[in-house]
Amino acid sequence: MTAKANETGATAGVHAPPAAASGSPEGTPVSLRNLTRAFGATKALDGMSLDIAPGELVALLGPSGCGKTTALRIVAGFEYADSGEVLVNGKDVSGVPAARRDMGMVFQSYSLFPNMNALDNVGFGLRMRKTAAAQRRRKAAELLDMVGLSAQAGQYPHQLSGGQQQRVALARALAIEPHVLLLDEPLSALDAKVRLQLREQIRTLQQRLGTTTIFVTHDQEEALSMADRVGVMRDGRLEQVADPSELYSRPATAFVAEFVGTMNRLPGELAGPGTVTVLGVSCAVIGNGGAGSPAIEDGLTSGPVDVLVRPEGLTVAAAEGGNGIVSGRTFLGAITRVAVLLSGDTEVRVDLASAAALAIPPGTSVQVGLPPTPVLVARRQQ
Amino acid sequence: MATLTPAAAGQVISPDNSKKRRGPQDRPAIWRWVILLIAGVYFVVPLYAALRFAGLSGFKDVFTTPGFGSSLWLSIRLAAVTWIVSMLLMIPTTVYVHLRMPGLRRLLEGVTILPIVIPPVVLIIGVLQVMPLALRASVWLLALEYVILAMPFAYRALDAGLRAIDVKTLTEAAGSLGAGWLSTMWRVILPNMRTAVTAATILIVALVLGEFTMASLDLKQTFPVWIVLFDQENAQISVAASIFALFVTWVFLMLITVIATRQSRRTGGGEVTLFTVAPQQTIGN
Repeated sequence: MTAKANETGATAGVHAPPAAASGSPEGTPVSLRNLTRAFGATKALDGMSLDIAPGELVALLGPSGCGKTTALRIVAGFEYADSGEVLVNGKDVSGVPAARRDMGMVFQSYSLFPNMNALDNVGFGLRMRKTAAAQRRRKAAELLDMVGLSAQAGQYPHQLSGGQQQRVALARALAIEPHVLLLDEPLSALDAKVRLQLREQIRTLQQRLGTTTIFVTHDQEEALSMADRVGVMRDGRLEQVADPSELYSRPATAFVAEFVGTMNRLPGELAGPGTVTVLGVSCAVIGNGGAGSPAIEDGLTSGPVDVLVRPEGLTVAAAEGGNGIVSGRTFLGAITRVAVLLSGDTEVRVDLASAAALAIPPGTSVQVGLPPTPVLVARRQQ
Repeated sequence: MATLTPAAAGQVISPDNSKKRRGPQDRPAIWRWVILLIAGVYFVVPLYAALRFAGLSGFKDVFTTPGFGSSLWLSIRLAAVTWIVSMLLMIPTTVYVHLRMPGLRRLLEGVTILPIVIPPVVLIIGVLQVMPLALRASVWLLALEYVILAMPFAYRALDAGLRAIDVKTLTEAAGSLGAGWLSTMWRVILPNMRTAVTAATILIVALVLGEFTMASLDLKQTFPVWIVLFDQENAQISVAASIFALFVTWVFLMLITVIATRQSRRTGGGEVTLFTVAPQQTIGN
C-alpha cells in the first residue's frame, strides 16, 4: 500500500488509503490531487497527492517549511492551491469558501473566542448554523462533557489552562459534526504531560466518532502514536505515506529513514546489488529485490555506501581492543542509549538495557556488532 | 567576663545597620514623586486660579447664558458623528490591513500621522477652498474634518487593540465554524476590540470637545468657540464654562474607562489605556 511517490518531482503518485481503514465507515473520503502552491520563488507544495479513507486519521509529518501546514490550510479553505484539487466525498471543494466546507479545525495557538465562555465557544458553530438555542446549549454541554470539561462550561478562555483550552477547541470543532477534522499542531504549545493526555483523548474521540482527520505535526512521536497512516513530507512533496510501523521499519527514502526515529549511518561496501559488508559482516540489502521493498536510493550497485541501522539493530559489548570507545550514555528509562566512537570518527548510538549499560561507562573499549539481518543502504554522505 | 556581642558571635554589624539605607533602586521612586508633584502643581495652579477668578457667581450664571446650551449640544453632536464615521472607516480598515495586508501597516501608520504633522489651520483652509458651498454651510463638514483630525489617535488605539489579539487565528476559527465576514466581525472581532474601541472613543471625544481652530475658521459656534467669543463679554462666565467643560469631559472619560475596563476584565482583557492594550491572559498549560 505504501507508495514511493514524487521522487523525481515530475510525476505525482497518489498515496492511496488502505483497503479497510480503521475508522468508521460513516466518515468522509478526502483526496488531494496534484496540489501545488508557490510563495514567490518558494514551492510550498510541489504536486502533492494523497487519498484518505473515511474515518482515517492521517498525520502529515515533516520539518518546518516542508509544506504540511500549507496543505492543511488548502484543505480548510484558508489558502488556495495554484493547481490541483481537493475532493471531499468525491466533490471538488477548491472553490468553496472555508465557512461552507464543514470542516472543524483546531489551531496551534489557542483560538477560543475570548469574549465567550467555554459553552458559547462550543456552541458557536451551531449558532452559525441557526440551531435553536436550547438544542445548541444541550449539544455544546454534551461535547464539553465528552472532553471532560462540564464543570468549566461557564468559564472564559483566560480562566482555562492551555490544555483545557485545546479541549474546548476540539469540542468546538466537533460540535458542527464536520466532514473532516483538521488539527494544526494542536499540542505543540502544551507541556509534555498534558500533550500526552490530550493526544490519547483526541485519538479516542476520533475513533469513536469516525471522523476523517488530518493531523499536522512536526513531532514524530505524536504522529506515530496517533495516526493510522503517516505522510512524511519534504520540500512540498510526500516522501512516503505508510502506517507507523512500516514507516519505521521500511522507510522508502533515506530522508524518511533518518527523519523518523534515530538512525545510524555506518560506512559499508556494496559488494553487488544485494549484499553489503558493514562492520566486517555481510548483510542482505533491503530493497534491490532483497527484502521486498523498493530500492531506497536508485543507482546503487557497488562501491562505498552508508548502511542505515537503528540503535536497537546494533549490539555492543565491552571488549579489550574492540572497534570503538564509549563516548557517552543517555539514560532513557528502561533502556540507555550508548554513544560509541568507531575508528574513522564515526559515532553510532546503540540501545542497551539500562542495567547492561552500567557496565560500559564512557571510555570503555567496546565491540560494536551487527547481526546478519537485512539492512538499508544509502548513498555515501560526504 | 566579657559579654558576647553580636560581632563576637560572628555577625558583622555595620555602623548604620539599624537605619534603612537608601539604595540607588530607591532613587527613581523619589524622583517619580518629585516629577508627579511638579506636574500636579503645573496642572492644579491654573485650575485653582481659574476657579478663584470665576467665583461662585460665574458658575451660577453659566447655565442660563445664551449660547451655552446650543454650543455644547453642537459639540456633543459633532463628537457623536465624528465617532460614528471614524469607527465605520477605521475598524474595517485596520482589521483588513491586519488580516490581508500586514505589510502595509507601516505605510498606514505614516499616512495616519499626517493630520498631526499638517497644522489644522492648513487643513481647514484647504478644505474650505475646495468644498461646495452647500457643504461649507453645513455643520457636519466639521465632523468630517474632525474624522481626519482624529485619525492618528483612532488608528493607533485600534491598531494596538488588534495587536493584542490573534485576529488572524480568530477569524479563521470563526470561518471554519461557518461564520461569514459580517458574523465574524460582529460576534468575534468587535467584542474583542472593545477596549481598543473605548480608547479610540475617549480620544475622539476629548479631541472634538476641545477643538477650536477648525471650528473657528469654519465659522461654527462649537463649545470651545463660544467660550472664546463669550470671554470678550464676560470673562468670569467664560472661565466658569471652561472649568465646567473640563469637568464634564473628565467625568465622561472616566466613566467610559471604568465601564470598559470592567467589561474587559470579565473576559480576561487588560485595563483600558489609550495606546496600549494588555493582551489576553491565560493561566498556563
